[in-house]
Order: sequence, then C-alpha cells, then structure tokens
Amino acid sequence: MTDKPLICVRGLRNSFGEQVVHENLDLTVNRGEILGVVGGSGTGKSVLMRSIIGLQKPDSGVVEVLGENMLDRAEDEAKNIRRRWGILFQNGALFSTLTVAENVEVPIREYFPHLTPPLLDEIASYKIAMAGLPPDAGPKLPSELSGGMTKRAGLARALAMDPELLFLDEPTSGLDPIAAAGFDELIRSLQQRLDLTVFLITHDLDSLYAICDRVAVLADHRVIAVGTIPELLALDHPWIQEYFNGPRGRAAADTAEEHVKA
Amino acid sequence: MPDDKRTADDGAEGATYRPAGALTITRAATTQREIDALPDPLTIDLSKVERMDTVGAWIIYRTERDRGAKVEGGSEIETGLVQQVAEYDVPVKVRPEQRPGLVRVLTELGEWVADAGTTFVGLLGFFGSTLVASAGLIRRPRKFRVNAIVQRFDVVGVRALGIIGLMSFLIGIVVGQQGAVQLEQFGAEIYTINLIGRITVRELGVLMTAIMVAGRSGSAFAAQIGTMKLTEEIDAMRTIGVSPIEALVIPRMIAAVLMMPLLAFWSILMSLLGGGIFVWLDLGIPPLTYIQRLQEVIPMTDLWIGLIKAPVFGFIIALAGCFQGMLVEGTSEQVGERTTTAVVQSIFLVIILDAVFAIFFTSIGWK
Repeated sequence: MTDKPLICVRGLRNSFGEQVVHENLDLTVNRGEILGVVGGSGTGKSVLMRSIIGLQKPDSGVVEVLGENMLDRAEDEAKNIRRRWGILFQNGALFSTLTVAENVEVPIREYFPHLTPPLLDEIASYKIAMAGLPPDAGPKLPSELSGGMTKRAGLARALAMDPELLFLDEPTSGLDPIAAAGFDELIRSLQQRLDLTVFLITHDLDSLYAICDRVAVLADHRVIAVGTIPELLALDHPWIQEYFNGPRGRAAADTAEEHVKA
Repeated sequence: MPDDKRTADDGAEGATYRPAGALTITRAATTQREIDALPDPLTIDLSKVERMDTVGAWIIYRTERDRGAKVEGGSEIETGLVQQVAEYDVPVKVRPEQRPGLVRVLTELGEWVADAGTTFVGLLGFFGSTLVASAGLIRRPRKFRVNAIVQRFDVVGVRALGIIGLMSFLIGIVVGQQGAVQLEQFGAEIYTINLIGRITVRELGVLMTAIMVAGRSGSAFAAQIGTMKLTEEIDAMRTIGVSPIEALVIPRMIAAVLMMPLLAFWSILMSLLGGGIFVWLDLGIPPLTYIQRLQEVIPMTDLWIGLIKAPVFGFIIALAGCFQGMLVEGTSEQVGERTTTAVVQSIFLVIILDAVFAIFFTSIGWK
C-alpha cells in the first residue's frame, strides 16, 4: 500500500464547450512528496485540481485518489475519501459567517459530531497555532483577516482532519515575498512533521525551488514533463526553458542556491 | 489483524490506560471518554498503539498536561508527535467575548439607535451628493449616459409590465369581489364601481406598483452596486475619474422616476380592467355602463394624485436601493443584508410618504 501512488490520473479529458482544456493527461503523485504543478495561465491547473477532488466531472479518463476510483462514486463512499484530504482554495474560501475557529471546527463537527465542545475547541486552537496564526485570530471573522492570515486560516481548516493529502491552489499568490517565504517554510515543516503528501499549484518560482520535490509542467493540454527541477532543465521544451531560464526563473534559482550555501 | 482491544487496569499504583491499534480522530470521542472514566494517578501506555495522528497526540498531551498523567511505551514517532502538538499549545481564543445579558441588550439598543441616526444622516448626505452630481450633469449634458438610462428603462419598466399587470388585474378583482359582498347587504352593489375606481386610481395602483418596484428594482440596485463595491469596481471608477454617482446612481434614479408613473398608470388600467370583468360577470353590469360610471365617479384629481405620487416613490426606491448598495463593505454577506434593508427601507418610506400625501391632498380640497 505504501508504494501505491496517492493520486493517479490517466487519460483525463476536460473541455468546456468547444474549448479543450485537457486531452489525454496523465499524472502520478507519490506518497510523501510535494508535487508542484506549473503552467501558463489557462492551461487548466485549477481545472486539474477540481477534477481530482471531484468538483469537475471530466469528459473521460480515470482519476484515482488514495487508491480509490473517484469518478461515479456513491456520495457516502466519496465522503470517506474526502475526509482524508484537505484543500486550501485560492482565496481561502473561508465561510464568511463563521469565525476562524468555527471554520476549523466545521469539518470535524461534520464527521465527528460526538466530540465534546471543550476538546473540539482545543483541537481548533492547536490547529490555528499550527498554521502559524496568532492566538487572537480564533474569534475573528474572515473579513477581518489580512490576505496572509486568510491563507493560514484556510490551511488550518484544511489540516483540521489530519489529512494524508493536501491540495494547495496558489497558496502564496497575493502574499508579499516575506509572507510567501514564511508560508513555504510552514508547508515544508508541516509536510515533514505530519507526513503529508502535497499537491501544490503555484506560479511562484521561489516556492518551486524552495519546497517542491518534483514539478509537473502543464502545457498543450497535458502534463508534458514531471521531474525535479534539474531534470526539467535538461529538457529542451521551449516553455520549460523560458519558464526556468527567464529572468525570474534564474533569480529564484540563485536565491535557492544561496539558501543552500548559507 | 491488529489487536484493537483497549485495556485499563485499576491497580494499587493507580490506573493504567493502554490504547491499542489506531489512536486517531476517528476514535477521539471514545478515547477521551475512556480516559475521563479512569481515576488518578494515571499512566498511559502507548506500546500497543499502531497509528496516531495529531488529534490522538493532543488527547494524550492534554491528559498529561491537565492530570499529570505518566506516558510511557510510545515509539519515537508517537512521542515525537506528542511533543510537536505540545509546541502548539498556546492559549488561542476560540469565541468572541460575550458580555452579560443586560449590558448586551443595552449595548445593542444603543448601537441600533446610533446606527439609525447615522443611516438617516448618511441618506441625507447621499441625497445631497446626487443633487450635486445632477447639477453637474445639467451643466454638462454631454456626460449624460443615454445608453445606461435606456437600458435601465428596459429593466425597470418594460420587463416589469407583465408582473405588475397581472398583480393589478387580480387586485382589481379582489377589491371588486370584497366590495360587492359588503355592499350587497345594503342593496348598493352599484357602488362597487365607485370603490374600485377611486381606490385603485387614487391609492392602490401606485402603492402596489411602488411595492413591486421596490422588490424588483430597488433590491436589484442594492445588490448590483453592492457587488460592484465588493469587487472594487467602484474604487476603480473613482480612480479613473468616473463618478460612480453619475455613472451608476443617476441613471437608475432617472429610470425609476420616469418609469414609476408609467407603471402606475398601467397598473391603474389593469386594476380597472380586472374590476370591470368582475362586475360584468358577477353583478351583470355591462362594460359600457361600467366605463360611463367610472367617468362619472372618478374626479380627475384622483388620477393626478396617483400620478404625482408615483415619481416621488420611484425616487425614494432608487435612493434607498443605491444608498444601501454603496454602504456594502467587506463580505458578500453584507450584500444580502443591505439588499434586504434597501427593500424594507424603501417600502417603509413609501408608506409614510403616502400617508403624508393623503393628508395633504385632502386638506387642499382634492377629495
């Protein structure tokens, strides 16, 4: 079981009307890795994530998550899989009428209604602390949070059920570089401590260099390459070359190198 | 097959709790209950635990923290996990602070009064800024947004014809039917025509139209402008130099002010039609007699009263809708709240004004 990939996508096809987003897309995510997914705007990174987590029904293909086929599942069976993953949406998607702590408690209440309120509150509070939020963030409403805090609160909710698998949709977009670096570090340390597998959609080259074990590149309706960054650099696909060897790519690589030296 | 049996000894040296198999969130409620049932001093033996997550670790940790329990037998991973969650034990406030009942009621009352005050002042201020913007538009009529206004005419006026017509038709029938039942007792059912004619022309036609327009268009104004506020479209307009009052509020106001009398007139016609069909079928009064009788009993002033009130009501509805839309801040939830307030406020103001008009017109002799 340990060697089986956590996510396995085969022959995926997605389209909106005439416009084909994915065609014959294959992707594998192994246990315990952080897989970065990159691609230009409109290559369907978010659509890929939505098809894996079941929010978007693909035209055809096979999607297996945690060894289970995800397509055409009965609702109660799918629920068992859903509680084993956590998802951080691009804009946090916090429930706006609930406080941060209540947001974190929502999934726990849904699946384990028998937990006593004091224990529930304690669980919510250590999850909030784990996501790096200050202690006074618990009773705040999402509208009172800054961008970085919203992402952290979303992460606390995603971690509520102790998931094996974490989906992050552009977690560092909209954050300042310091907050983004802090968030990268947080994800890396949580991933190591909690033995998570992370599916990370990002545009942030620094994130890719800093925390991703492997990177999947989306282009031409499919995953054109998967590998470590040095492996990708060895390929001569024009988009990959431009992406990693462009001015921003090189700057990120330099920073990563300095980081290693220091 | 893992040994899932959990054991608890209650020996002389105190109790020992021995969870087995999975110590995860799935078992959290049970585990906590079992631990709570055991007396102090407590020892927790983790040697049979095969899988643990942070919730399991947290339960072990809090027992250790609160009851001074001894934890032993855990593998490296398990003790590590307990240590990790311990690091995150910072007192996080979970709920906003609640004040005692009486104080809270008084505070809420105070806040409500203050809110009502600021809303009223805000509404006046908003009214003022629309006046300023209108004056600016009159001086430079080329900035007049004809397309926007025509589009609003369509949405506020033309598309409302169906529903307002149907509603008024039914109201005409209801007024006629209820009136006939009462007047028959005195053998005065011919006066049903007076009743239908005067009440719909003078009061009901315009009032029902105003309520319908408030529900249809006032709410739409608040929701549209509120959403634009949330998505920062209004801020974008301001930075480009387009005044949101000119671009968004004035076209809606003009549309509401001009469409209301037309809709009210339409509503009056449809009510009279509904009433006419009723008296024809039920009381046997032929249409021609009905029309003649209407001409005799409805003074022209009744129609003027209805049609003078209509644009004022239209203005109030547009003012309240746009004002509440502009007040939206922060969350999408506010759009809903403000939309509701816009409708409630405009209907309330319309009815108050209607009362004022009724007294006014009677006192100047338009009876």
